[in-house]
Amino acid sequence: MAATAEFRVEEKLFQNRYVVDSGRAHIKVLPHDKPSPSLIALTKICPAGCYTLNEKGQVEIVPDGCFECGTCRVLCEASGEVEWNYPRGGYGVLFKFG
Amino acid sequence: MVEKFDCIVVGAGMSGNAAAYTLASRGLKVLQLERGEYSGSKNVQGAIMYADMLEKIIPDFREDAPLERHLIEQRFWMMGETSHTGMHHRSDDFNEDKPNRYTIIRSQFDKWFSRKVREAGAIVLTETTALELIFDAAGKCMGVRTDREMGVVHADVIILAEGVNGLLGTRAGLRPAPKADNVALAVKEMHFLPNEVIEARFNIKGDQGVVIEAAGAVSHGMTGMGFVYTNKECLSVGFGCLVSDYAKTMESPYVLLENFKNHPSIAPLLEGSEVKEYSAHLIPEGGYKAVPQLCGDGWVVCGDAAQLNNAIHREGSNLAMTSGRIAAECIFQLKTRREPMTKANLQSYPKALEESFVMKDLKKYKDMPALLHTNSRNFFMTYPELVSTAMSNFLRVDGTPKVDKERATVAAFRKKRGFTGMVGDAFKIARAWR
Repeated sequence: MAATAEFRVEEKLFQNRYVVDSGRAHIKVLPHDKPSPSLIALTKICPAGCYTLNEKGQVEIVPDGCFECGTCRVLCEASGEVEWNYPRGGYGVLFKFG
Repeated sequence: MVEKFDCIVVGAGMSGNAAAYTLASRGLKVLQLERGEYSGSKNVQGAIMYADMLEKIIPDFREDAPLERHLIEQRFWMMGETSHTGMHHRSDDFNEDKPNRYTIIRSQFDKWFSRKVREAGAIVLTETTALELIFDAAGKCMGVRTDREMGVVHADVIILAEGVNGLLGTRAGLRPAPKADNVALAVKEMHFLPNEVIEARFNIKGDQGVVIEAAGAVSHGMTGMGFVYTNKECLSVGFGCLVSDYAKTMESPYVLLENFKNHPSIAPLLEGSEVKEYSAHLIPEGGYKAVPQLCGDGWVVCGDAAQLNNAIHREGSNLAMTSGRIAAECIFQLKTRREPMTKANLQSYPKALEESFVMKDLKKYKDMPALLHTNSRNFFMTYPELVSTAMSNFLRVDGTPKVDKERATVAAFRKKRGFTGMVGDAFKIARAWR
């Protein structure tokens, strides 16, 4: 179920327009040994599927498909697990319809 | 040399555009900052736009604003697993010369609104991310640092119209960052269909439109709902739940959206459509109790950034536009009287907002968010399923005597929620609604 869901969300993102700022991730997951429940939750609830769990059990982010919605900021910025900024002007998601 | 303006507006959504337009059209020197490629490129909404609040800013907006359909019918659906029980209101009275509600497509609408802002004389800088607020030694907000070459810009007053997830005001400690139980995460898709197919499926013609809002089994007991809005040649189909509920259940928003789209009451409406965009956005849901301090020395905050959203009536952009307009009018008054933009003087903005429908409506429902959030399983799962069972008992003709069917319905309600539970819920809702 989870695998098909991830596959689906990636497919959904192909519809969207992005200008990716290569090498300048606007959201970073700080190094950790054991992710908090909130950080693990992001692997399921990030609407763009940007968060994944690696083989060491740590959470990683590739924010290329990010909507800049702020869900991960709301859940994980205060604890210091996620460092959150907006992309530079003109970069990131560009909605045609919104 | 740092350039100085009367006012800097951070953000080009509904409240920012309303504020920038109101100030620029009164002759103030206004700079508006927008991080997207064009105004609207970062903005997401359902979207329904309420005419009255825009008329107060641009009275003849109907002449050239990109409006989709005026709404003549509202369908509230209580969803069971395989059913819906609806309450509909449709009226020919909504087919008026100047309709009251329209569906819009935000990126396109915001482009239009931004053109109006520019025509009114404001400088709109797109592709510019505001990084932080600058304060003087006395703690008065005096400018904004951007990621542009010019870097810092100064103004007498900064209007923070930076949206629900605005960083500037929260980083400067002017208001708290949104909490997980005060924001909903909504995901949305744009489903394109030929105009005539939409008209036939929704029983409408011309520019008429329909809204479906659906709550119940589709949110799996979380505080949330789905919607279908008719645009001219596409349907906006979305689903939203509280972030705190998502964090608890670890359900994926796009899976819930898929389930909603596949619900037997929704799927036939979408059949054969082409999806052209998938988006997500946060919605402020905390209501009156989550509204932060609205002004300080050299700054005001408007719209979603100030949590000005009526979750019960699903109104947001009208509160945003109104707060932007009122803030701008108060700033204009101070400017005219040559009074400084101090916290004490800027208090005229929250005072005027208290007198408007914005704070009056939020105040009326101040206890609803807590009630719905803490009792979500009852309101979003137990009751919808019970209603579905009751309707099925009522309608299915199978030789069971009616008196036995009624007994079965009453027994189901008592078993699932209990008599005291139901009376208690009714009482709590009545009190919070009052």
